[in-house]
Amino acid sequence: MSDAALNLETITLTAARSAVVDGTTSAAALASAHYERIAAVDPKINSYLALTRERALAQAERVDSAVKVGDAKKLGPLAGVPIGIKDVLTMRGVPTTAGSKILQGYHPPYDATCVARLEAAGAVLLGKLNCDEFAMGSSNENSAYGPVHNPRALDRVPGGSSGGSAAAVAAGLCVASLGTDTGGSIRQPAAFCGVVGILPTYGRVSRYGLIAFASSLDRVGPFARSVADAATMLEVLAGPDTMDATSSQQPVPGYTSDLAKPVAGLRIGIPEEYFGEGLNPEIRAAIEKSLDALKAQGCTLHKISLPHTRYAVPVYYVIATAEASANLSRFDGVRFGYRSPESSTLSAMYRKSRDEGFGPEVKRRILLGTYVLSAGYYDAYYRKAQQVRTLLTRDFLSAFADVDAIVCPVTPTPAFKLGEKTDDPLQMYLEDIYSVAASLAGICGMSVPCGNTAAGLPIGVQVLGPHFGEATMLRVGAAIEAVQK
Amino acid sequence: MSTAGVSEVDVAHVADLANLELTPAELPRMVRDLNAILGHIAELNELNTADVPPMAQVSEALGLTPAAAGESLRPDVIKPCLDRTTVMAEAPETDGRFFKVPKVIER
Repeated sequence: MSDAALNLETITLTAARSAVVDGTTSAAALASAHYERIAAVDPKINSYLALTRERALAQAERVDSAVKVGDAKKLGPLAGVPIGIKDVLTMRGVPTTAGSKILQGYHPPYDATCVARLEAAGAVLLGKLNCDEFAMGSSNENSAYGPVHNPRALDRVPGGSSGGSAAAVAAGLCVASLGTDTGGSIRQPAAFCGVVGILPTYGRVSRYGLIAFASSLDRVGPFARSVADAATMLEVLAGPDTMDATSSQQPVPGYTSDLAKPVAGLRIGIPEEYFGEGLNPEIRAAIEKSLDALKAQGCTLHKISLPHTRYAVPVYYVIATAEASANLSRFDGVRFGYRSPESSTLSAMYRKSRDEGFGPEVKRRILLGTYVLSAGYYDAYYRKAQQVRTLLTRDFLSAFADVDAIVCPVTPTPAFKLGEKTDDPLQMYLEDIYSVAASLAGICGMSVPCGNTAAGLPIGVQVLGPHFGEATMLRVGAAIEAVQK
Repeated sequence: MSTAGVSEVDVAHVADLANLELTPAELPRMVRDLNAILGHIAELNELNTADVPPMAQVSEALGLTPAAAGESLRPDVIKPCLDRTTVMAEAPETDGRFFKVPKVIER
């Protein structure tokens, strides 16, 4: 790119779009610059699983022609913006593996709704981003295609499961990206990599074209370098879709236009259960600083209690695995993906294909999910977990009767070292302690960078809002972001 | 909820239900991991949930029917579906019209 002012590591979505629209650069040049940087930097990070250069450059060409003829109507809110897509979301004709060997060579025949919406808004989709296999993991070490390395510290994990989506934004390998969050898979990697990540309310963004892990929990959401950029992405993604019966008809407010509204007078809840022992002191200090900043801007701070928080991890690992065991039964070697070559009967073909195609964490979760749903255990485990899910949700509903947003940590620790927790699945699951409750309740949440540890690792603060309360949540996030610079 | 834990026989049975074949090396590791996780899950027994309704979907917790929560079914109109050639091209084995699988019935 000729203009040195466009620093790919830091350029915001708003600045990238402006540069394309005002002719400072072209969408094609911006995409090519990103591909050059991917070739140079990504071998160390491993964030991309597939590049979609042809499709990206064709889209860039459409944007550049619209700029040339001055057709402002064709220049959407993401015109020319290079974006990466988590590999659990389908793109027509593009390799889509969900980080699994069982989908090696699969080319889905359709676009996910979120993918189609980004392109309709002018986005240039650069490729597919690495993730934990079927989005199951908190460190991106469960990908069949190798782990992703945290761009801020290459010997550390980027978080998971959307590790590639967070790392690519942090490393300047796309301006924004799509991830998915079932139990923290957007917020936790956003915190570990120092970028903004949004978990929209369940039903806010269509799940059509998202390879299902746990259908009552799965959500699609954006990663970006600023709250305003993430809000722009969410505005494009949100809204009803006839292809997803759980997508909501609730009107989509103007998230970006609301951002500038002052936060003075907003009531912020501080849940005591999220500040207990086990929380890293540097993270605690950074969050307290964010709370002070909100207070200084006129918010009132209120201690609240979400009494069932400690049960969120066990509830999550019953419900998510139960739903996964059902959803992943479709991978059987018959219609798409991997089939074991050495089986003479149908049942052996199912078993061998699944055994050879799935990695250990996916098998562990299918086994756990099948167990909790099996005869004799359904009431004890699955029904019990569904009942406690109600209690966890009621915790939030009653909290939001008194506060407008909740501020708390995203993770108990900063990014840990690759290999540090792979031998102990329960330790890895406990990483999700501050993120899974919001997933179970269906409320919205986000992670906003709020500082670094002394060792230079990013820290994220979590802002939670009530169902369909994204606009207020984003304002609180922007107010925290504003004091970081 | 039993906290007695699962044995190798239990896990092998569940693997069978899930159409998974575990290698002799995988089985003991899965038994160990599942027992650790089930031990943690057993903490749910501390709660009395006798009068608590189960929650399967987010809209239920809001006390709303799916329609009132803003969810709705699309109009039932005929639309073209995916092209057969494109779909069959993804199959591991096909004659172009059907999915081919190894024999189902043993003789």
